[in-house]
Amino acid sequence: MSEFFAMGGYAAFIWPAYAVTTILLCGLLGLSLKSMREREALVEALRSRRGRRRAEAPVTAEPVT
Amino acid sequence: MMHRFANPTRFMRVANAILPWCAVLTVLFLAAGLYLGLIRSPADYQQGETVRIMYIHVPAAYMAMFVYGAMAVSSAMALIWKHPLADMIARASAPIGACFTFVTLLTGSLWGQPMWGTWWVWDARLTSVLILFFIYLGYIALVNAFDDPARGAKPAAILALVGAVNLPIIKFSVDWWNTLHQPASLVTMEGPKIDPSMLWPLIFMAVGFNLFYVAVGILRLRSEIAGARIRNLQLGLTHG
Repeated sequence: MSEFFAMGGYAAFIWPAYAVTTILLCGLLGLSLKSMREREALVEALRSRRGRRRAEAPVTAEPVT
Repeated sequence: MMHRFANPTRFMRVANAILPWCAVLTVLFLAAGLYLGLIRSPADYQQGETVRIMYIHVPAAYMAMFVYGAMAVSSAMALIWKHPLADMIARASAPIGACFTFVTLLTGSLWGQPMWGTWWVWDARLTSVLILFFIYLGYIALVNAFDDPARGAKPAAILALVGAVNLPIIKFSVDWWNTLHQPASLVTMEGPKIDPSMLWPLIFMAVGFNLFYVAVGILRLRSEIAGARIRNLQLGLTHG
């Protein structure tokens, strides 16, 4: 097992490569998920606020089909 | 056919249906790739154990170019058909591509030090990938420079298309110039030139990274669509 982690003497190069890749990809996933949830919650909040003001109107961001 | 999916609501219905599958498959493929790459595959006869860096470096480099290619194609579609969803796909992709490009540069550096004796050389391959990274950063900066991303869409799409000339330069840099970087051994006219025990982990990691791109891309696309809705709702609230 310790032989595996030693990586033939190249542990100092191999494990940082794997560690930083994992951190970056997980970080990107986490940030993307956080931003998506916050924005979608804000859409809901704005919609319910507008819903009280007047009846549902079409959202202009979407092309009318 | 294309215009059926051009409606964000309809497009997202399909995207949300495939999202959980993408997420599960990403984990499975990366787990298989890591198992094969770190445990089952042998050490290289020349490079020893450092060859295991290849199982991140090469798939990440492929993704750095693949994501840029996807950005360029959707930017072209955005310019031609003026559809906001195509712009959103390009915008959602850029940070993912930048991330993979950074991983490529970093793992290459960690591989270069023990094998070449240097963290960095200004050779054609390394330099052209560094330029790709800067193009990604430039694109992200340009997109974020506009309060309303829809107004920055056209210059951003043009930048993405102009930057695409870098892709063939990266691919053929190892043939056109004398580089310290080794020439292609996977995508060659004669097919892959490496042993199956090393090819399989590469394939699993590459497919896993690709699935990761689709899954995170869907999350970011939902974020982009929500952002557009927020702007419209806020405009409606202030003026209405």
